[in-house]
Amino acid sequence: MNDKSVSIDRRPWTKRPACCESRDPCIEVRDLSVSYGGKLALRDVTLAIPLGCITAVVGPSGCGKSTFVGTLNRMTDLVDGCRVEGRVELGGHDILNGRTDLIGLRRRVGMIFQNPNPFPLSIRRSLTLPLRRHGVRNRRILDGKVEGILRRVGLWDEVKDRLDHPALDLSGGQQQRLCLARALVLEPQVLLLDEPCSALDPIAGGVVEDLILSLRGRYTVVIVTHNLAQARRVADDVAVFWVRAGAGAMIEHGPVESVFDAPRSEWTAAYVQGVHG
Amino acid sequence: MPDPSVSPLPSLSEHRVDWPDRAVASLVWLVALLVTGSLLWIVGDLARHGAPELSWSFLTDSPRDAGRAGGILPVVVSTLMILGICLAVSLPMDVGTAIFLAEFTRTGGLLAHFVRRSLDVLAGVPSIVFGLFGNAFFSIYLGMGFSILSGGLTLACMVLPILIRSTEEGFRSVPDEYRKAAAALGLSQPATLWQILLPVATPGLVVGLILGVGRALAETAALLFTSGYVARMPSSVLDSGRTLSIHIYDLAMNVPGGESNAYTTALVLITLLLMINVLTFWIADRWLHRGITHR
Amino acid sequence: MSRQWSEHLLLWTLRGLAMVAGCIILLIGAFLAVESVPALREVGLGRFFSDTSWHPSGGVEAGSFNFAPMAAGTLAVTSGAVLLATPLGIGSALFCHFYAPRGLGVAFRRLVELLAGIPSVVYGIWGLVVLIPLIRQWQPPGQSLLAGILVLTIMILPTVALLTESSLRAVPRSYLQGAAALGLSRWATVWGVVLPAARSGIVTAVLLATGRAIGETMAVLMVMGNIVQVPTSVFDPVRALTANIALEMGYAMDAHRSALFVSGLMLLAMVVVLVAMSVWASERSRYA
Ligand SMILES: Nc1ncnc2c1ncn2[C@@H]1O[C@H](COP(=O)(O)OP(=O)(O)OP(=O)(O)O)[C@@H](O)[C@H]1O
Ligand SMILES: [Mg+2]
Repeated sequence: MNDKSVSIDRRPWTKRPACCESRDPCIEVRDLSVSYGGKLALRDVTLAIPLGCITAVVGPSGCGKSTFVGTLNRMTDLVDGCRVEGRVELGGHDILNGRTDLIGLRRRVGMIFQNPNPFPLSIRRSLTLPLRRHGVRNRRILDGKVEGILRRVGLWDEVKDRLDHPALDLSGGQQQRLCLARALVLEPQVLLLDEPCSALDPIAGGVVEDLILSLRGRYTVVIVTHNLAQARRVADDVAVFWVRAGAGAMIEHGPVESVFDAPRSEWTAAYVQGVHG
Repeated sequence: MPDPSVSPLPSLSEHRVDWPDRAVASLVWLVALLVTGSLLWIVGDLARHGAPELSWSFLTDSPRDAGRAGGILPVVVSTLMILGICLAVSLPMDVGTAIFLAEFTRTGGLLAHFVRRSLDVLAGVPSIVFGLFGNAFFSIYLGMGFSILSGGLTLACMVLPILIRSTEEGFRSVPDEYRKAAAALGLSQPATLWQILLPVATPGLVVGLILGVGRALAETAALLFTSGYVARMPSSVLDSGRTLSIHIYDLAMNVPGGESNAYTTALVLITLLLMINVLTFWIADRWLHRGITHR
Repeated sequence: MSRQWSEHLLLWTLRGLAMVAGCIILLIGAFLAVESVPALREVGLGRFFSDTSWHPSGGVEAGSFNFAPMAAGTLAVTSGAVLLATPLGIGSALFCHFYAPRGLGVAFRRLVELLAGIPSVVYGIWGLVVLIPLIRQWQPPGQSLLAGILVLTIMILPTVALLTESSLRAVPRSYLQGAAALGLSRWATVWGVVLPAARSGIVTAVLLATGRAIGETMAVLMVMGNIVQVPTSVFDPVRALTANIALEMGYAMDAHRSALFVSGLMLLAMVVVLVAMSVWASERSRYA
């Protein structure tokens, strides 16, 4: 693991924004439980995700991190036999409620997966497809947006000559940045990242990580990671999940310094230690 | 930051109707209903017209009055004989070729490539072309005349690609560990093939066999000029004999007033095919899945 | 020693069998070609399209050998059926995978498989007894290009539907997840992501269905009326190349018989081209 940053060396542009200090909640989760085919996977999670901040979700494998993140944009709906109970409020609206407009929800809450999953389309069309589907038709505006968003994720210089080539020809790191661009181009409020760097080599992962840092303040970000050093580098808040009594649960949640340096729970202490030591 | 060009973020509680999706969904449902309707129409019509005449004696009587009356016993017998010849010839070819393709061509090779491609084309050859070929080659060149033998051989050429595709699949589904284990035990290649691989690959072979039988039973055009039309009880494989499907065609097209018995024969044929179809699913489900879970 | 010998024997037996299986298509091509030679030499390829009519029983001099009306019949019925069956087949596949409730989708697939197993004579007799009288009430005589197109559509629809369905099934789940996470609607996902991803499979499906339509004999023979003429409307009776062979092979002699083999060779050539195209389409997707 690269330990270039055991201490919190926040880069200048990553200063905590004012909104984060005020800790206005963007998403409020209350008593969230999820079960797959009757088997409980996540029990009674309650936490508030502050607006404009980066919240890292950490914990051992199988403790329900992906499941938790998946409930925030209801990707869990795609899984057969998955039951979600509790409340998840986004802007005062309970998104678990059956009348929620899923398409609208997912436009507000973007998501990036562990393995880059660009569509089998050209680079340009990967970006214009979601835009067109959400109402942008004008070619000039589309082109402008494509360029803008590719610059934003640092891909423009790498791909500007081959916008009409298949997106699947890009390298893994480029693909992941394209997926990020694809999500950002819809201007969501919240971005969910499920281990966005773990399928990438360290350098490509570092590029993506810097990008994530640059999102602070403009978006509310929830990132799942196995890399505690990364959590420490990027996150404002950390939520630690653990398997207890056969189901995942959140055992600790708070600002990154307090979770890492003064953990309340002995499991957290051991977990943080274990990775440190 | 709000951008006029992207539609404004929707309120989460209002459920907007997605008109394009609605429209496509109704179209797709309509298509499904249409397809289901057609099948029900065809099968229902068959059952309605065919069932009244269907009886045990229909299966055990000879046709009378050019097939307008009586049963279909000689036709059934001819059909079975043609099928028997078809399988007797195609099965050994099938197993041999499939073993060759699946077990001896790991690295490619010219012969394998050639055989694969020609089987691809063979699978697409129209049945009337098989009929022309069978007539020219088996009936005339080899002097078999219009006979059950010539018809069976023509069908064998026709079902071969179907059989081989499925059997090869069966051999490919055998886990490599079996081959390694057999090699480690010092078994010879023929012994490995017959005693270890063939039993495991049998489900694929059986599925192919059933599909092939289905195709052969349904065939008409390839047999018109090879096995011929004669509706008498055949006394040897060199006699001409008509199959169920030719009987249906002849009654429907050439015998005024033959529709009723044509329908009844069609019902018999469909029932036979349906039974074969169900058997395929049953075997595929039972046998193949067990093979997979064992791995 | 003997062991090596038995392995050799096995390998060469298998090679021999595979060789024979591979040579069948060559044998078919060869026999069709040999039987076509008299007609090609004595009548000549040009006359198959420039003669005034199709009256081949008069012999080389007195007879006339124009295939064009039948080629037109085959072309018309095939294109009509493919144009209808492609959207219907793709729609059926989409129904199975995206629009039907789960259990219904599986049941519908079984049903399409049943449709695929119905023999062409059964479709033929249904067309003859049910469809033709219906068309006759509307536009006599009933036996018509339209009847052929409709019956053929139902016959090749399962080919399109089942092959398309299996290529839809092969679309990776991660594409669907990605599309859902972008808030794409079901139709946007299908149109924007799934169909492009499955494109080569769908092309293969349509090509193979086209081959099936060109080669179909019994059903078109039974419902199209078999009059040798270039159709001017869908209600005209027409004769397809395949039906022509089936009708006349029984009594054809000499140049006439040979001319029928020429048409068989033409059918074979069309199918070879279609198979080659579909192999090319699926191979290209594998390396894409
Ligand atoms: N689709 C599913 N069907 C059934 N059980 C599931 C499914 N997805 C997850 N689970 C179960 O839910 C629990 C939590 O899984 P989840 O994927 O959320 O863990 P995770 O913390 O993301 O693990 P990892 O770090 O390995 O990604 C696990 O016990 C898992 O077996
Ligand atoms: Mg996970």
